[in-house]
Amino acid sequence: MKKTMPKFLPWLAAGALTLVTTLAHAADTIKVGVLHSLSGTMAISETTLKDTVLMLIDEQNKKGGLLGKKLEAVVVDPASNWPLFAEKARELLQKEKVAVVFGCWTSVSRKSVLPVFEELNGILFYPVQYEGEESSKNVFYTGAAPNQQAIPAVDYLMKDLGVKRWVLAGTDYVYPRTTNKILEAYLKAKGVKDEDIMINYTPFGHSDWQSIVANIKKFGSAGKKTAVVSTINGDANVPFYKELGNQGVSAKDIPVVAFSVGEEELSGIDTKPLVGHLAAWNYFMSIKNKANDAFIKDWHAFIKNPKRVTNDPMEAHYIGFNMWVKAVEKAKTTDPDKVIDAMIGIEFPNLTGGVAKMLPNHHLTKPVFIGEIQADGQFDVVWKTKDLVPGDAWSDFLPGSKDIIADWADPKIKCGNYNTVTKTCSGQNYK
Amino acid sequence: MPSRTPIRAGFLALALALLTLFGASPARAADDSVRIILAQLRDADFDGKTELIEKLVTLDHPRIATILKALSDSRLYYQEEGDRMVIGLGDGAEIAIEDAVSGATLGQVGKRDLDRITANNRLRSLIEDRLASLGLASADPRQRKAAVEAFLRNPDPASAERLRARLAVETETDIKDLLMMALALADLASDDATVRAKAATALGGRLQTEIRGPLARMAAEDGDPAAKEAARIALARTEFRMQMLGWAETLFFGLSLGSVLILAAIGLAVTFGVMGVINMAHGELMMLGAYTTWLVQQWLPVNWSLPVAVPLAFLVAALVGIAIERGIIRFLYGRPLETLLATFGVSLILQQAVRSIFSPLNRSVATPDWMSGTILLGPLEVTLNRLVIVGFCIAVFALLWLALQRTRLGLEVRAVAQNRAMARAMGVRSARVDALTFGLGSGIAGVAGVALSQLTNVGPNLGQSYIVDSFMVVVFGGVGNLWGTMVAGLSLGVANKLLEPWSGAVLAKILVLVFLILFIQKRPRGLFPQRGRAAEV
Repeated sequence: MKKTMPKFLPWLAAGALTLVTTLAHAADTIKVGVLHSLSGTMAISETTLKDTVLMLIDEQNKKGGLLGKKLEAVVVDPASNWPLFAEKARELLQKEKVAVVFGCWTSVSRKSVLPVFEELNGILFYPVQYEGEESSKNVFYTGAAPNQQAIPAVDYLMKDLGVKRWVLAGTDYVYPRTTNKILEAYLKAKGVKDEDIMINYTPFGHSDWQSIVANIKKFGSAGKKTAVVSTINGDANVPFYKELGNQGVSAKDIPVVAFSVGEEELSGIDTKPLVGHLAAWNYFMSIKNKANDAFIKDWHAFIKNPKRVTNDPMEAHYIGFNMWVKAVEKAKTTDPDKVIDAMIGIEFPNLTGGVAKMLPNHHLTKPVFIGEIQADGQFDVVWKTKDLVPGDAWSDFLPGSKDIIADWADPKIKCGNYNTVTKTCSGQNYK
Repeated sequence: MPSRTPIRAGFLALALALLTLFGASPARAADDSVRIILAQLRDADFDGKTELIEKLVTLDHPRIATILKALSDSRLYYQEEGDRMVIGLGDGAEIAIEDAVSGATLGQVGKRDLDRITANNRLRSLIEDRLASLGLASADPRQRKAAVEAFLRNPDPASAERLRARLAVETETDIKDLLMMALALADLASDDATVRAKAATALGGRLQTEIRGPLARMAAEDGDPAAKEAARIALARTEFRMQMLGWAETLFFGLSLGSVLILAAIGLAVTFGVMGVINMAHGELMMLGAYTTWLVQQWLPVNWSLPVAVPLAFLVAALVGIAIERGIIRFLYGRPLETLLATFGVSLILQQAVRSIFSPLNRSVATPDWMSGTILLGPLEVTLNRLVIVGFCIAVFALLWLALQRTRLGLEVRAVAQNRAMARAMGVRSARVDALTFGLGSGIAGVAGVALSQLTNVGPNLGQSYIVDSFMVVVFGGVGNLWGTMVAGLSLGVANKLLEPWSGAVLAKILVLVFLILFIQKRPRGLFPQRGRAAEV
């Protein structure tokens, strides 16, 4: 052991040097925390978001920074390890004293950092579509709530494609389970019978889809139009779509609408057998708009690779970051309480047109698009909502959360889970 | 510019009228009527597009099929610069275009300068049906078949007569069969109860999804009791056949899952089974094989890539394996816990290395044409890629078995495994044998990676998802026994697939694991325990 000691010395020296330089700069910079996994299973999705935040910080600094100071990114790697997310969040807030954190992807990582942000009064921008049933004073949810993705997608299938039979397929964890619970309640409210709904859960990274796809085929052969609503997450999608293609299930027979498959995920798949399958998002790279074109150009220049794609969570960070900048300018300080108050009502244009607005429940107004997969790995929009849809933190279709609202603006409420019937707020103890 | 199109359309209509007035050539007139409809396509919503397509197919113009095909494939664009519809050829940011109506080539343009005319699933189905029904009299049997299939999907009583006429002259047996089925399906809607009953009987036992719906409806609500009964019997026959096929299908799924498990485990059966090294980096060696496949596909056409990738993946993984053995494992022989930790470290290093070199994103490995789609094995529809992998697994297993039983290296490997001291006394260079054995096991892992690249993600985490399964198979089969690995892989695969429809995928996996734990309690050395001295150590 003794022999190896000197090896660590250069590292120590380097560490000390960084510390010194950081201290020297500390006075004239505002620190921005980036809490995305750069290794482990989630690195595939989260690395891109880390780069996005770095690009946004870079651009803001070129514009002269914020409140006369430069922004400085503090990047940590929670390594797709949920408890480590909480530790790293604490490190960012306590040790690095960052003004704001952009981070998390999976719901379980968000749940794991939530108590830390509430205890230390930090600000977290969470950029991914999620299952709802939450609204924290310290978190801004810039991704879609279920009523901004799942419900409109099901409406589209029901009305435009005349779907009568439903397969709800998901990975076995909190987001698909809650989303499917909401969807099941919604479908039943619309008069869909029990025998016309098939629910299927698979483990993370499931790779052998033969029997499940065969089952879906059988379920879909009952003479009624059938569709699959997929909350299958991450890596498991590739073998799932491959099996669909191989067993000859085309989008014309049984369309699959996915909530977790975007441009980034498609860039790892041979997309030819998937043409025509659907995805529901609030942003697509293919949407033509000046702001979007400029964003794509900046992204390609920053990442130095013209083949990289953009996706929905990237737009969420783009909106979230710019809203935070506006809120800090409005509050003239980075003090969390003042910025949190200033955030509500802030507006910023979407990349796809329309203006996103931060609502009192810490969710955004968003347009909803349904896209069909094209052979080049992009989506063509086949349907979109007429107006922006305001995000609803507590679903109206679940018995427990029907009466609950979140409002952080109304001084009489100031609560993330206010029961409108009993007129009480159960504090930060969510169910 | 919504206002522009109607004006333009109006102008064209006027021009068309004038042209006809002055007796322009009929071809030009046909061209223009196509252009008018195409111009409207640009701003139409999907309902509007449906109407326009219906209009297009009634026109007699040689380019209609090409245009519709292009629309269906999302290759029909509007070019602002020439204010015309063009068809894009090829992929990439710069594509060659041709005029949609005249077919004249117009050179290269950037894709972002073109507006794509979008199609959705409904339009694609419509186009496919319309194009197909045009092809009923085609000389190409495939087009005729597609035409009948289009009718099956969308039975239209008006075209039944055309099918009947075709049946009289059709020579291909399978198309004839399909035609008879289509006609029987049309007869299900007949007013005559005896015709309906006859048609239902003829349809009994058919598995096509298009048949079951109408048949089930008829069995439930037909007014005539005889016809209702006939439909019920026909439906029962179909259900019975489906059930039998379902069992056969499950068995095949089990075999194919089993063969994937065997492929993943067989390399481990060599390193862990024969050498006794717990190699946690085994999964990462598979990952290297998969990445090799991806690299090969960057240079070679997809259809040729796999035969090249297999030996190359073997080589890459074997070399890395030998490096691991020479660099790390050989210092740790006889210390299984340290080996476990060290190789686990290696696996993390390899993963992060791949992440740094190739990016953490998955790589898309294409499936060759000869491995896509399904093939009929008797009445059973089997996916080709799975079938190829089952065959591949058998081949790899046979080769490995031959290598261990029939070559000098194999003899030495077995000798060292059985009694190292004795083998060395007989002049076997055990260090060299160790390195080569480890290389062999690793190389096979690389080959398994090529197969996995056809089934799952090629990304840094590929290995992790298979390492537990591989150890499970080897331990279950009995350490040190190739046949045990084979039997264990197949039985775990089939058991998993038998449980899955009944219990769901999550529970099936748990049940298999629980069974394994109980089994290992009872028989700690697996299905086929190795006898002899080595087993005692």
